[in-house]
Amino acid sequence: MPSPVEIEALLLSLRVAAVAVAGALPLAVLAGFVLARLPFPGKTLLDGLVHLPLVLPPVVIGYLLLITFGTRAPVGGWLLETFGIRLVFDWTGAALAAGVVCFPFLVRAIRLSLEAADPALEAAARTLGAGRGDVFMSITLPLMLPGVVAGAITAFAAALGEFGAIITFVSNIPGETRTLPLAIYTALQTPGGETAAARLAGLSIALALAGLILSEVAARRIRRGIGR
Amino acid sequence: MILDLAIAKRRGDFALDVAVAAAGERVTALFGASGAGKSTVVQAIAGMLRPDRGHIRVDGTAFFDTGRRIDLPPERRRVGYVFQDAKLFPHLSVRDNLRYGWRRARAEERRIAVPPVVDLLALGPLLDRRPHTLSGGERQRVALGRALLAQPRVLLMDEPLAALDAPRKAEILPFIERLRDEFALPIVYVSHALDEVVRLADALVVLDRGRVRAAGPLIEVMGRPDLRGLFGPVDFGAVLEAVVTGHEGRYGLSVLATPGGELRVPRIDAPVGGRVRVRIRSRDAALALDPPSRCSVVNVLTGTIAGLELHGGAGATAQIDLNGAALLADITRLSVDRLKLAPGLAVHVLIKAVALDRGTAAPDRGAIDG
Repeated sequence: MPSPVEIEALLLSLRVAAVAVAGALPLAVLAGFVLARLPFPGKTLLDGLVHLPLVLPPVVIGYLLLITFGTRAPVGGWLLETFGIRLVFDWTGAALAAGVVCFPFLVRAIRLSLEAADPALEAAARTLGAGRGDVFMSITLPLMLPGVVAGAITAFAAALGEFGAIITFVSNIPGETRTLPLAIYTALQTPGGETAAARLAGLSIALALAGLILSEVAARRIRRGIGR
Repeated sequence: MILDLAIAKRRGDFALDVAVAAAGERVTALFGASGAGKSTVVQAIAGMLRPDRGHIRVDGTAFFDTGRRIDLPPERRRVGYVFQDAKLFPHLSVRDNLRYGWRRARAEERRIAVPPVVDLLALGPLLDRRPHTLSGGERQRVALGRALLAQPRVLLMDEPLAALDAPRKAEILPFIERLRDEFALPIVYVSHALDEVVRLADALVVLDRGRVRAAGPLIEVMGRPDLRGLFGPVDFGAVLEAVVTGHEGRYGLSVLATPGGELRVPRIDAPVGGRVRVRIRSRDAALALDPPSRCSVVNVLTGTIAGLELHGGAGATAQIDLNGAALLADITRLSVDRLKLAPGLAVHVLIKAVALDRGTAAPDRGAIDG
């Protein structure tokens, strides 16, 4: 049986990943829509920017977050002074790091599902009297839904597994920022921690598998609903 | 004036420059080969595509006018657009597809209610289905209903039958005819299929490489001898309006009264007294100065030559006046000289009944239901 500390790491991981995905989702929907539907100069640049977290070493992401959101960094200092929000050494900081890392997964899936949908459907909706915002809510968003669901599940898994960005940005504090991967790392660093590491690894594998299966089931159900 | 447009648009190599006006006609057909610019015109009317310059007015409302800097967004134009392949919303049921535009129309503008449209298009059994479970023909019927229920000022149909096979086409055409006859709604019908156009349209606009080459009442345009190059040698031919006077079941023929005399055609599905249109391809008509005797050709109409159009090669087209109606006959220039054909000369027009096959004779408006 996992110890209370291990359960704590598991729950913290779930919370960090959930907040990360929920926070990244609206921005990812916007980015996916812009990339799939709007022609504009500099699209390649935005595309590259969105995908950057996928190719950057996570430690670099953590470093960049630190020099932006650290207590003495410009944005971090302002947040602390104005709202009393401190991200470093806090689980919300871990969620921010995980959110940045999982962002590309969300955008990719949303963009793909929207690109697979016929833009003439949106044109048809306009001729039927729906304005731009109305079309987005009633047609575009539902057409994106398979991508949103698939992307959210993949992103959740990626957020659960994030290590480098979190440990660099918010350190490794038990009960606050020590998520599952950090706990495994810590256990391995501790003499006699191999069994704890094995149990935590087992938990991680179970979570990942459940995520994959859930993603497949959800995607199939939605596809059946819209006949794709 | 129901439709009044003059627009220009350049896109790469393609330049469109057309003017179309439709007054009282219920169905105006835009006809032409693919790439002629037909779809571009209706997309511009719907606001899906912005012309470089010009104006578009429908039913007195300016949709677009570069001079007056008007460009109404599509949702404020209230046009019903029927696409080639339905474009039903995949995540909504048939019922919700039908109600999509209806819900967005203002209450006082709702002249067309859901139940009559569901009845007319026989959509009752489909209401709870999802679009992907429908056949191509069913989908197109739902698309027609959805466009109608958006309470449009004008219905734009962009090759609505082109994606369907012949049996599906035959299934949908009567629905379009009923819709035309039961809802007082002007229709702009885009097609490259002449049989559909002849069956549905009152006015015809022929487009070719971005220009209007001919426009006017359908019967008049189809009767012009100089448009062979536009319609092509196979489709070229005039349309006669006729009345069914009887059916000869034994021979599988129907007898029609035309201004040029009696015309027998392979049996058509219209009641005695019903009005029909017959398209007589110019290559299926021959001319004789004397009435032929002991001849297998059953149809001999009489008229006078109204015009002769000589083609580059061996051929010529004669336009025959049948007491006010026009008929076209493709003949050789040799025959023109041998028979000394000239305007004003009385002639007999020979038409093989078997040449008037499917797609050339069709019930005219309201003939079946009326």
